[in-house]
Formats: sequence, structure tokens, C-alpha cells
Amino acid sequence: MSTTNSAAANPIPASPIEAAGGGVATYVDQRVGSNKFLGRTLGKVFPDHWSFMLGEIALYSFLVVLLSGVYLTLFYKPSMVEVIYNGSYVPLKGIEMSEAYASTLDISFDVRGGLLIRQMHHWSALIFIAAIAVHMFRVFFTGAFRKPREFNWILGVGLATLALAAGFSGYSLPDDLLSGTGLQIARGIVQSIPIVGTWGAFLLFGSEFPGTDFISRLYGIHILLVPGLILALVSVHLMLVWTQKHTQFPGPGRTNNNVVGYPLMPVYMAKAGGFFFIVFGICTLIAGLVTINPIWLFGPYTPDQVSAGSQPDWYIGWLDGALRIMPNLESYLFGYTISWNILIPAVIMPGIVFTALAFYPFLEAWITGDKREHHLLDRPRNNPTRTGIGVMAITFYGLLWIGGGNDIIATSFNLTINSITWFLRIAVFVLPPIAFLVTKRICLALQRRDRDKLLHGYETGRVLRLPHGEFIEVHETINYKEMAVITSKSDIAPLPAPVKVDADGVANRKYWIQSLRAKLSNFFYADNISKPTAAEIEAAQHHLDHGAALEAPLHAYEDADEIRNAHGGVLHHPGMANTNAEQLAGRSDR
Amino acid sequence: MTDISTGSGHGPSENTPAKLGYSPVADIPHRPRVADTDPRAARRAERQVASMFMLSMFFVVLFVVAFIAIDKYATVYIPVFGAVGAMNVALGFTMGVAIFLIGAGAIQWAKKLMPDVEVVQLRHDLVSPTEATNEAAANYERGKEESGFARFKIIRRTLIGAMVLFPIPLVVMLRDLWISPPGNPSPSTLLTTTLWEDGTRVVTDATYLPIRPEDIPVGGLVSAAPADLPEVQEAEHNLNARGKAAIILVRMDPAEILSQQGDGWDYQGILAYSKICTHVGCPIALYEQRTHHLLCPCHQSTFDLSDSGNVIFGPAARRMPQLPIGVDAEGFIVAKAPFAEPVGPSFWERG
Ligand code: HEM
Ligand code: FES
Repeated sequence: MSTTNSAAANPIPASPIEAAGGGVATYVDQRVGSNKFLGRTLGKVFPDHWSFMLGEIALYSFLVVLLSGVYLTLFYKPSMVEVIYNGSYVPLKGIEMSEAYASTLDISFDVRGGLLIRQMHHWSALIFIAAIAVHMFRVFFTGAFRKPREFNWILGVGLATLALAAGFSGYSLPDDLLSGTGLQIARGIVQSIPIVGTWGAFLLFGSEFPGTDFISRLYGIHILLVPGLILALVSVHLMLVWTQKHTQFPGPGRTNNNVVGYPLMPVYMAKAGGFFFIVFGICTLIAGLVTINPIWLFGPYTPDQVSAGSQPDWYIGWLDGALRIMPNLESYLFGYTISWNILIPAVIMPGIVFTALAFYPFLEAWITGDKREHHLLDRPRNNPTRTGIGVMAITFYGLLWIGGGNDIIATSFNLTINSITWFLRIAVFVLPPIAFLVTKRICLALQRRDRDKLLHGYETGRVLRLPHGEFIEVHETINYKEMAVITSKSDIAPLPAPVKVDADGVANRKYWIQSLRAKLSNFFYADNISKPTAAEIEAAQHHLDHGAALEAPLHAYEDADEIRNAHGGVLHHPGMANTNAEQLAGRSDR
Repeated sequence: MTDISTGSGHGPSENTPAKLGYSPVADIPHRPRVADTDPRAARRAERQVASMFMLSMFFVVLFVVAFIAIDKYATVYIPVFGAVGAMNVALGFTMGVAIFLIGAGAIQWAKKLMPDVEVVQLRHDLVSPTEATNEAAANYERGKEESGFARFKIIRRTLIGAMVLFPIPLVVMLRDLWISPPGNPSPSTLLTTTLWEDGTRVVTDATYLPIRPEDIPVGGLVSAAPADLPEVQEAEHNLNARGKAAIILVRMDPAEILSQQGDGWDYQGILAYSKICTHVGCPIALYEQRTHHLLCPCHQSTFDLSDSGNVIFGPAARRMPQLPIGVDAEGFIVAKAPFAEPVGPSFWERG
């Protein structure tokens, strides 16, 4: 079909702009065949939920970081050559400092709008990293990392790591007293690595600390390497979201095989595009109103000065805290030094954390033996062990983060640093498991309540007196929305214990690993509160109907079982049975 | 209750994409918004959106005015935020609002005036159909066969060898990220030597004035450096020497000195210690004269200067190195020997 034909057949009279747009579309299409893509894409459906905006915030704040960063490169000088400051900030006039620091002062005081852009860059960087973290929590707690989205989870872990690298390298560029101290610490950490650390530190810095090379080396890393990698990973990340389609929360009409939401054109485009401007605008407003990193107060870097109470940016706080609370272990072996006091908190612990993060989806899939595709999100309560693990990790992180501010806490609450440190040394091992257990209990209690709601309705608070004098509280059927959400739960049975020797007397060589797996699987699912069967729900509905003479929408279901099966366990209100059944014809993988 | 405004029937057969470009409407009860039923409300929403875009333009004009009109050194007082640069606040506010309003307008438009009826799309299997997989496998097999990758063992092995070796130059070239100084000292030698030698005068670290014992009262602390630091810094164009040689002098009642790293390394109760924390290298200057404790501001390692500079708390594993001092003929404080152990953070070869 030629494009001229289809344009002629268009019944809607086109405005000049539309005609021009159509012309461009045709021109491009004849060269790259883009209309095939556009046709599918403009109608693509995206589900809606506030928590899906977290990833968007990360993306948009990253764009703001890119924009403001390019502007900064026009004025910033990545050089450690010492110059005498002669700008307009009076307290530092005549002082010797690196050109990097002097140019950052110029950006802050002499370039009109420079301070705004610097602060926009810094604020949007902080928002970027925070959004990544919270986005990751969302994905974790809802099980969005499950098949088929494991790759995107790993890309996400890579992005989080790169974001930290971007932030830290940028924080070091102004070469003020605080950032230099951060670099000194970073060098101390590199130096603690056995065998290669000392050489590594010399190669990185080009000499002893601080040398004169590091800022310019960091500059290339900060403005090219790391952002380039982030951009590449983000692109793949988004392409995968596109092809795999977004997950959705359970709700009426939503199944594992469909996407319910708004089409890209126009609603999603307007909302997402508008949201970019909202994030951009908020970053700008914050940058205009709230000072961040007032480097002029810290003074230029010199390796023999430090300011008390110095704090890194928030995302480094947990690592700083780990360094602070670690006991001072060091071993000396055959004339070599191993600094466990640095190695463990600053190298090994973060290494374990990020590796565990990256592998979690595979670990969980192996334990559960679940090979299905998951497009419908889990409610956190429906996987209590996973939710518990997540809360446990957050507790651990939070305690380390508190450790990073132990001096501030000590002075604000009149405690000694020693007592806070000792508390934290013990708490990082004791509190996370407690958090796990409490979370798991809460999740199970919520599951139990869900089950009750399905079987007994919810308590209305209305009390009736029956003819024979008995008092009962009226229970009403929950509405169809809640019904759809609650019944979305899909139970997974724990794996049975393996046999040591099978019926033919052959020893099971995989016994050890299988029994580990079965134990872990029991750990995950043994105390799961199973969802009532369809028949149980049906019976309960009848009971509710007759017991309190209520209007029960589910009563209309004669074929409730069938529908439930066809819809992957999601119940729908009566009017929709046909449509969805048709849509789902031929697919039922639950 | 069930009201679906887009189309009446919604079997996939009726709302075929070919007809409308729509996916079928989700079968969920939908409550119409005011703007859907009341044309006046719809017009009001239209006006709201348009005024946001309008205001956005207005704020851009304000931004340009502020950029030109405001003195860049003026400050204003804003409650909560304190005294801040007038230019920064004005530019941030006008630009922020201008951008924000575009977003707010677009979202208001989407919420009030665009359809809020959810539609349904089916997901498609991600896994490729069998024919495609077979085709891929067949092409791969054919390619493998035609190239002879499996047959030519020697080609395969040498290719793998070449691929393994070719990155080596890329790595080797990184060697000169650090150009060894004349004499090729090893990193550990460099980390172990400082400017301090027998007879090096101790000077204050900012004004480079020599120090007499009388200048330091009991309980006092002075940050100091070697006298040749300015020349070295001038010659080397970096702060490396400063980073290693920084020391502090503290004075206490000699009776309170419990131990030292060497006999008689103090001078009349004046002790000299490295200023660089043995943990990861922050300079330290928080000294509590009553307890003789030196506290690092970075991770709160605490050292007892009256007791050989030993670690009494915190993550640092090693004591603060002490510098033996005395006075020269003119009565100024001098070092009597180099540091006996490396200053600053630990490293592998340190021993
Ligand atoms: C990828 C995410 C990025 C993050 C998280 C990030 C973060 C930061 C941070 C926290 C600073 C310190 C700002 C200050 O307070 O002065 C900084 C400085 C800087 N960044 Fe970035 N940045 C990123 C990307 C970029 C890009 C893409 C560019 C340029 C193309 C760039 C250019 C700069 C420049 C020139 C400075 C030094 C400016 C100054 O010291 O005032 N950044 N960055
Ligand atoms: S650098 Fe002094 S305690 Fe860490």
C-alpha cells in the first residue's frame, strides 16, 4: 500500500501543521519504514500506578543532570594547577587554590545563573540516585524482577552502581576541602586492597596523594565514561520495558496476559511528557531556593586541613558508616599488611551487597522452581519471605547510614560516640533478622485477613438482632475491585523433600543440593496462608447472601470457576465475562 | 453504574484496530468525570490548561528581566531559607515555575480532557515461534559448517590465542599512568619517606615561622610542617610533600606522659605526631587537652597522645607515628630523626 493512497483516503481534513507532519512522516517512512513502528507504538498501552513514576523520576532527573552538566563543562576547568583567586568572593581573595576550585567559585559567583545550574546539577543528581533506590525497592517488593524481567533487574543494579560512581566522581571535581577529603579516603581504601592496592593507588592518582592528575582524570570519567555507560544501559533498560511491556498491579480486568491502561497517544504521552517538565521544574525550583554544597564555605583543598563534622553526599553515607563502626582489625603476614578494618566495610561488604542484589532473581527462581512468566505484580504481603528479606536489607542499610552520622547523632542527642558505635556494631547483626521476622509475621497476618475477607466479607459495624434474639454483626461482601486484588494471589507449594535412595535402590547423587533447595523453598512458602478455593469463595458468598440479605454481585456468577480459571485467578465483575474470556482465549499459563 | 463512554459494544470484533486505532476498552465500571458530561466544566478545564501555558511564557519573560536587572551580588532574606543570593532565587524561581507549568498544564489536560477510560491490550509470547528458532539454528549450523570453525582446529586455537593476547597492549600502556620519579623509587618507598630528617626545623604550617618551645603552652596544639616545605612545594608544583609531612605539636606536663614511641622523643613535654590519620588518611586536629585524646573527624578514631599515640577507640588499627624532636643551637624546635614508621593509611607492602 503506498502512502500517498492512504493520505488521500484520510477522511479528516488536515490542518497545515498536521499536513506538514504527515509529510515528514511519509518522507521518513519511505527511507526507514518508520510507520510500521509508529502504527503499533502510538496505540501501545501503559498501565498506570503512582509507583511506576519512580523510574520516570530517575530518567527525567538524569536528563536534567545531563543538560546542566553540559552547561557546567563550558565554565569548569578540570585542572589542579595552583592559581591565586581573584574573583568576587571576598573571603577567599588572594588565596592559593587549584584552578578547578577557582573555576567552581567563578561558576558560583561570577557567571550569572551559574550557581543555579551548579545547584540544579547537584540536586538533580541527588534526586536521580534517590529515585533509582526507591524504584529498585518497588521492583523488588512487587516481584517485578521475576521472569521474564531478570535482565532488566541486572541492568538496574548496574545503573545503581554507575549512579554512585557518577555522583562520587562529580562530588570530587570542585576540589574543595570536603571533596578532597573524600578523595583522600577513597585513596586509603584503594591502598588497603592486598597486593595490587598500593600500585593501583599510584596509577590512579599518578603520584602520591594528592598529585596533580586526578581531577583531570576524574573529569573524563565523570562527563564521558560514566554518563555514556549510564545512557547505554538506560537505553537497553527502556527497550526491554518496551518489548516486554510493563507489569501491572492486580485489579479488575487485569490478568497475566493483558495490559490494562492508557494508550501512548495521547494520554500516556501527555502524562509522561508533562511529568518530565514537572521533575525538571521542581529540580530548578529547589536549586533556586535551597543551597547545596556551598563549596565557598569549605575552602580550597589541602591535605593537612579538615573540617569537623564533614559529611559526604547521602548515598555514600552507608559506606562511610560501615567504615566508622568497623572494629580495628589488621593482620601482618610475612611482612605484608592486610587492613581488614578498611577492606571489609569498604570493599568486601559492598561487593557482597551488589552481587547479592544482582543474583537475587535467579536465587529466588531456583528456590521456588517457578518458571512461569509474571506480568501481574505480587502484593508484598503475598510473598512474606521476599518482603522480609527486603526489609531486612533496608534495615541493615539504614543502620549503616545512621553510623555515617554518628558524630552528628552524638552531639545532637548527647550520647557518646563509643556507645553509638557499640550499639551499631551489635545492631547490624541483630536488628535485620528481627526486622525480617516482624515483617514476615505482618505479611502473614495480612494474608489471613485477606482470606477472612474472601470467606466472611468485611465487618460493617452494623449489628442485627435476629428473630430468635441472637445478635450478629453484618458482614458484607467486599467489592469487585478488592475481590480482584485479593484473588490475584497465586499460591506456590513448597518443594517436597527429596529421596535419598529411590525405589529402585539407586542413590540420589543430587540429594544434598535438592534438600537444601527444598529447605529454602519451605522457608519461603511453608507458612503461606493459602487462598480459598473457588468453591469455598462461592459457598461463602451464598452464605453471606442468605445470612444478611445483601446484594452480592458475585452471586450472579454461575460459572465463577470457569471464569476464574480463564482469568488467571482474577475475578471480574459480571458484565465483563464475555469480553475478557474472548481476549484470553487460548492462553492460560497459570 | 457501569458506564463506558467510548463505544457501546466492546467485543474485540467491534472495536477492531483497523476501525478505530483503539484497543478494546477494558470492561471496568467507569464513572464519567464532570468534564465528560458538563460542557461548562470542560471549557473551564480548557481555560485552566491554556492559562498554565500562558503563565509559563510570562515566567520566561520574568526570567530574562531578572537576569538583566538584578545585581549579581545582591542578597535577599527569605524566611526558612535565610539570606540567599537574589539572582539565584529569582532565576531559579522564574525558570522553575515556567518549566513546571508546562508539565502541570499537560497533565491537567490529560486528566481532565483526554479519555480516562482504560483500554486493554494482549501480551504476546516473548519466546520465538519454533520456525524462527529452527531457522536461526539452521543458519548457525550452516555458518559453522561453511567457515570450518569446527574442522580447522589449528585456526580455531590460534584465533582464540590472538583474541586473548590482543588486549595486552591496551593494558600495558596503562603502566605510565604513574611515571616513576628519578631513581625509580617503589610506591612503598615513597609512602615511607617524608621531608623530615635529623635537624629539619619545625615551622608553623601557614606562615612557616620557626617555633620555640616557649611558644607552646601546656595543653596547646600547633599544626606544623618542615621548614623546607615551601621550596619543595614550589619545585614540585604539588601538595604531596605537605600531605605526608604534616604534624602536630602538643605540650603536656611531662609527668603525664605515660609512654612514648622512643626514649626522650619529647622535648620538655612537647610531643610531635603525624597529623595524618592511620585509618584512611584524614588530617586530624581535634585534641582534647584534659584527656590527651586526639579524635579523627572522619571516622572518629581516637588516639591517646600521652600513651605513644596508641589507638584507644575507632576503626584505625595503628598508632599515630611520633616524630622525635629537640631544639637547635638557636633554640628552635627541630626533628631529631625521620619518622620511624610510615605515616598515613596502611598499605600492603608496609609490613
Ligand atoms: C550521570 C550522572 C551524573 C551525576 C550523578 C553527577 C553528579 C555531580 C555532582 C554531585 C557534582 C558536584 C557538583 C557541585 O556541587 O559542584 C558534579 C559536578 C560536575 N559535573 Fe556532574 N554528574 C553527572 C553527569 C554529568 C555529565 C553528563 C556532565 C557533563 C557532560 C557533568 C559535568 C559536571 C561538571 C563539569 C562538574 C563540575 C562542576 C563544578 O564543580 O561546579 N556531570 N556532578
Ligand atoms: S581517617 Fe581517621 S578515622 Fe578514618
